[in-house]
Parts: sequence; structure tokens; C-alpha cells
Amino acid sequence: MNSIHYLYAAYTATWVIHLTYISILVRRYLRLRTEVDQLKGK
Amino acid sequence: MSTSLKITSATLAKDIRLEWRSKDAINSMLFFALLVVVIFSFSFDPTAEESRRIAGGLVWVAFLFAAVVALNQTWARELRNHVLDAYRVSPAPANPLFLAKALGNFLFVAVLEALMTPLFIMFYRLRALGPAWQLIPVAALGTRALVVNGTFFAAMSLRTRNREIMLPLLLFPISIPALLAMVNATQNILTGDESARFWIVLLGTYDVVFTIACLLLFETVLDAE
Amino acid sequence: MKRAFPILAVLCVAFLGFATYEGLFVAPTERTMGDVQRIFYYHVPSAWTAFLLFFLNFIASIQYLVRGNDFADRFAKWVAVLVGAAGCIAVFAIKPMPAGIEPSSVATTALAITGLYFLIRKYFPEERTDVLALVTAEVGVVFCTVVLVTGPLWARPVWGIWWTWDIRLTSTLVLWLIYVSYLVLRRFSTSGQTPSVAAALAVFGALDVPLVYFSIWVFRTQHPQPVIGGGGSIDPRMLHVLLINWLAFLFFAALLCWARYELEIFQRQVEETHVLESLLEPENKQS
Repeated sequence: MNSIHYLYAAYTATWVIHLTYISILVRRYLRLRTEVDQLKGK
Repeated sequence: MSTSLKITSATLAKDIRLEWRSKDAINSMLFFALLVVVIFSFSFDPTAEESRRIAGGLVWVAFLFAAVVALNQTWARELRNHVLDAYRVSPAPANPLFLAKALGNFLFVAVLEALMTPLFIMFYRLRALGPAWQLIPVAALGTRALVVNGTFFAAMSLRTRNREIMLPLLLFPISIPALLAMVNATQNILTGDESARFWIVLLGTYDVVFTIACLLLFETVLDAE
Repeated sequence: MKRAFPILAVLCVAFLGFATYEGLFVAPTERTMGDVQRIFYYHVPSAWTAFLLFFLNFIASIQYLVRGNDFADRFAKWVAVLVGAAGCIAVFAIKPMPAGIEPSSVATTALAITGLYFLIRKYFPEERTDVLALVTAEVGVVFCTVVLVTGPLWARPVWGIWWTWDIRLTSTLVLWLIYVSYLVLRRFSTSGQTPSVAAALAVFGALDVPLVYFSIWVFRTQHPQPVIGGGGSIDPRMLHVLLINWLAFLFFAALLCWARYELEIFQRQVEETHVLESLLEPENKQS
């Protein structure tokens, strides 16, 4: 059945979306960390 | 109570006088709606049978877009010379102001509809096969649905960057059930296939729910700082 | 608290892996749809999680609005209690329930409203309810996006179409639109007024949901629509796997919300420090 590809596609898509969101959060966190370091430096 | 009434009528009278002298909102709305009518006529063949089925959607989309033009100007006018700030520091309650603005917008959009409807009928050769008088409550309730929420969201988007774009972004998603009801009611009346009663009741419910919500929350939004 | 997070994250990943394994290999294959039906184990739990998060957003927004006003606070408290009571009474009072609505789910939902209201009231101080509202809306939109992406991927092989304007799909899409507009509003409004304006919009959005659902329901039943797969009762083994997956995704969502919550608080602290710093700056230069 060709339709099994849709199953894989759906599972992959789910995790791509979640991992994208997590990476956005991590990037925001890292940016805040550098900001905090700058503030401490002043 | 009488103070509230006085505030409402004073603000309303001021807005109408301003509009009467400048005709900013009405002119831009009219021209905009006219453009929508003409452009839509190119995107499909406006023959009688075809157009009757989609006319409900077309009319209301045109009015919705045109109403946004007027709604955007409601509060922007008060920002000049800090009129709104003055209002906020005055002891006057907030809701009469909202009611006056909503009523004013209702009047402007109603005038627009009254002027545009003959054009629509002419251009798209419309004829109601159902009970035509029902179009009046549909129009009144539909306009009210758009205008009450629109006035509220316009006040909301006042505090955002690029507020002109913000209003439709907030208003359209929330208006989907109202729009669906207006379009379907109009369609049912024009085609005469089914009764429009359910959609009119739905519109009424929408109006009641959101008018109450607006009145409860307007003060919060006006004073948000 | 901070130390618990990595442990919980590892647990969560293991749990999600287990749930996925169950969904892919343990659950029985659906007879008519075949293996594609396994999308179900990701699609449905995501949808439930998203709806739950939006619901939390509504409660948090209400709380943000009523706190600080004694009368409104007490009023909202009573409404929350009444909703719970009304839900329980409705199960017995309205005998022929409308089709597709289980009496037990009505009671559970109504009691959940009351329970969640008081839980949030107890554990989140006033300013934090705004953070909670933001976090739940954002994570909810992420999960709702998953639903909207996996839905067409399921529909395509089963119905032969990517999308149909059916009640559930359409109302989920409208819900997604409403909460995206909420996030856009939060992004574009200038910081000081954001919380109360956003809370007002959240209340509007939540009030809109039943109207959206109801209007689309009537709108769609008047038109022909593709038959939704099966419609019968679900195999108990499938239900079991579904619930495991839901728990896993709930766990995951809770962790995401927690991380986002801490991040938001951290961000607000940094912003405050920036403001303080810029206030102090001129003095430093003078001295």
C-alpha cells in the first residue's frame, strides 16, 4: 500500500513542528542568556 | 442614567456632525464598496441564476471590507489632540462612549448599505424569491454584529503598532459565525429554497452575547495602560 | 524544581517513544483504512491537548480580568461553581441528549471547568495568570497546527481529498485562526497594555467557539459531505493505545508549557532589568 507513506509523513510532520517550536524556545533562551551576561558586564 | 444618555447623545451628535461636514468615512466606504462590486463582477459571470446563489456572500463581504474602513477611523479621530486621554481622565463612564461610537458606526454602515443595495440589485439582477422583508432584520442584525465587535476591536487595536492592519486580523476570525449566518440568511431569502429563520436567530444570539461582552470589557480596554 | 526538569524531560521522551511504539506496532490494524489509520494516535491526542490548552487560556484570561475587582472575582467564582452544578444536573434533566453528545462527557467537562478555575485561582497569583494565558495559547497553537497538518495527511489516502469543509475540520481551523490572531495581538501591542487587551480578546474568542461550532454544524449538515470513517464504536485495544498516546502528549505539553512559562518569566525579569538599567544610566554618566 502506498498509503503507508502518509502515516510516516504525518508522524514526521508532528515532530518537525514540535522540534521547530522547541528550537525557537531554546534560541530565545540563549539570546536572553547573552543579554543577561551583557547586563552583568555593565 | 440620564448622564450616560447625555454622554451618548453628545458624542453621537459630535460624530455625526463631523461626518456630515467631512464625509470622510462615508465617501471612502462607498467608493471602496463600489470597487468591490466591480472587481467581483470580473471574477465570475454575473448571470442571474449564478449570481443569486453567491450574491449573499458577495454583498456581505463587500460591506465587511467597507465597514473596516469606517471602523478604523472611529478612534483614530479621538487620538488627535489627545481627546481620548481627556476622556479617560474625566469621571465620565466608559460604556456610553462605546455605545455612541457603535451607534455612529451603525448609522454610517446602514447609510452605506442603503446606498449600495440598489446598485447590487442593478448590477447582479437580483430578485428575492423568498420573503424579501426578512432582509431587513438580517441587515440590521448583521450590521450590528459587525459594528459592535468592530468598534470594540478598533479600540483594542488602537494600542498596537500598525493598527490599521490589526483591526481586520482581530475582527474577521471572531466574525466568522456572524458572517456565515448573514450570508446564509441572505442566500436563503434570495433563492427562496429554505427558511432563513435559524440564521436570523443565530445572528440575534451572536449580537446579544457580544454586545454584553463588549459592554463588560470596554472599560478594561479603554483604560488599559 | 529546576533540577526536576531534565529528569522529567527524559521520562517524557521515553513515554512518548513507548506511546509511539504502541501506536505503530501494538494497536490492531484498522480493517477498512489500513495502517494509515494510525495517524489517529497522533492526531486525536494533539487535538484534545490543544482544546484543553485553549480552555486553560480562557480560564486564565478570565482570572486576569476579574482579579483586583472584588465583586467580579466573587461573581466569577459563583459562575464557575454554577457551571459545574448545571453540568451535573443537565445529565439528569435533559434526557434525550443531542446526537453525538455523551452525558458523562457533559458532566466531566462542567466539573473540569469548576476544578480548573479554582486550581488556577489558587496556584497562580494575579500577574502570573497573564503568563499562563500566553503560554497556553502559544503551545495550544502549536498542537493545533499539528492537528491541522496531520488531518489532511489522513484525509488524503482515506477520502481521496486533502481537505473537506466538514464541521470538525472547519471549526478547528477557525479556532486556530482565533488564537493566532490572539498571539499576533500580543506581539504587536505595546508592552504595558498587552495583558488586559489580550485577555479581553481571549474571552471574545472563547465566547465565539460555541457559536462557530453550532453555525458550521448547521451549515454543513445542509450540504453533502463525505462520510467520516466508521462512525461506529472503537476497538477497546485502540482506545487503550489512544489514551496512552494522549497521556504522553499531555505530559509533553505540560513540560513545554512549563519551559515556556519559566522562559516568559525570565524574559520579563530581563526586560525589567533593562528598564532599571536605562533609568540608572544618566546618573552614571554624570558621576
